[in-house]
Amino acid sequence: MSAELTADITVRAAHAEHPFSLEVSLVARPGVTILFGPSGSGKSTTLAAIAGLVRPDAGRVALGGDVWFDAERGVDHPVHERGLAFVFQSHALFPHMTAEQNAAYGIDRAVAKEERTKRARAMLERMRVAHLASRKPRTFSGGEAQRVALARAFARSPKVVLLDEPFSALDRELRHELCADVKATVAELGIPAILVTHHRHDARTMGDRIVVLREGRVAARSDDVAAHLPVLAEDEG
Amino acid sequence: MEWHPLLLSLQVASIATAITAVAGVLTAWLLASKRFPGRELLDVIITTPMVLPPTVLGYYVLVAIGRRSAIGGLYESLTGSSLVFTRTGAVIAAAIGAFPLVVKAARAALEAVDPMLVAAARTLGAGPARAFFTVRLPLAMGGIVAGIMLGFARSLGDFGVTLMIAGDIPGETQTASLAIYDAIQANRERDALGMIAVLSVTAIAILYVVNKLGAGDQHVR
Repeated sequence: MSAELTADITVRAAHAEHPFSLEVSLVARPGVTILFGPSGSGKSTTLAAIAGLVRPDAGRVALGGDVWFDAERGVDHPVHERGLAFVFQSHALFPHMTAEQNAAYGIDRAVAKEERTKRARAMLERMRVAHLASRKPRTFSGGEAQRVALARAFARSPKVVLLDEPFSALDRELRHELCADVKATVAELGIPAILVTHHRHDARTMGDRIVVLREGRVAARSDDVAAHLPVLAEDEG
Repeated sequence: MEWHPLLLSLQVASIATAITAVAGVLTAWLLASKRFPGRELLDVIITTPMVLPPTVLGYYVLVAIGRRSAIGGLYESLTGSSLVFTRTGAVIAAAIGAFPLVVKAARAALEAVDPMLVAAARTLGAGPARAFFTVRLPLAMGGIVAGIMLGFARSLGDFGVTLMIAGDIPGETQTASLAIYDAIQANRERDALGMIAVLSVTAIAILYVVNKLGAGDQHVR
């Protein structure tokens, strides 16, 4: 089993048009932790701060004994050294690379090229998009693109996977299908995953635990996901 | 038709373009990626050669690299040759005209690449250099190549600054633009027509390719 991810994060954006402050503390054990909340509650900022894409003003982020960020001790490992994978809402596939090249991009370059290609293909297969291997992203549908993005994230055998509303642009049926595939892959890898969502269905079916954010603060946390799902205005079910 | 001035123009423009391609892309990367005091002032200074009269620009360059300047003096003590009124001077003149075009186009192309793609590369274990060379640079390449081609076209046709810095020495610094001027002045229009045709066709062909490259940019945000 992998280590658990602990994050105590403070982010202040005083100079922004709408002043915002985020103070979040969470623990993500192996399995899926749902980060739930309305738009603007700080879910994506929390994820970006854990990844190292946003520098927190204070706090600490660690995976087990491996400290990624510690404001007091001046530790701040760059994002590429954290061994994580991040799946964006807009999939962020590299448009000039094929699906296979995309999937192989994050695999450790110390691994031989043939082996990297093999692993990339295996993960595309697992995400049910092996038939797209030699094609470039501009020809993919939304669902296909997100499957390739997920294959790219998992192919590098990450220590943590961070999913920033990866299913929200997809229709309901596709979303439900992808939720099941991601849940199974995370369980198989035995790693912590944090899924940002405001869809109750995604939270209920995927979550092993939930952290609810409201206006930059933790409003609730529980291992009983269904019981702690607040109803949000923008939820589509 | 006189071939020598054309060949000299081609040689001078090629060397000037090679220099501006490297220096221009590096400068564009600096302007597009780094925040530092005076960043926009540097951009303005780099752009100034596009709007200054060639004589004024030529004067500044003469002051900067002339025989009595620090740079000119150092160069002469190292090589035994002056920078001004030589082929090297012609290359410098051509490069000065091309540099802002390369920097402007490359900066715009680099800034147009979706930052999310670079962030995605970083989360996938790529350091800043790998993310740049495997994601940002290839995606900006269409715009960068277009800028380099415009820079080449500009170098090929430079007149004023070349005249000020390199003079008009037949066989040494007399590029096609200068040879055309001399031929027209001396009523040798027929000598000029061939060079006029070659320079015109080259410019049109380059602009056509640049437009095609611009139309092919679909990966930018």
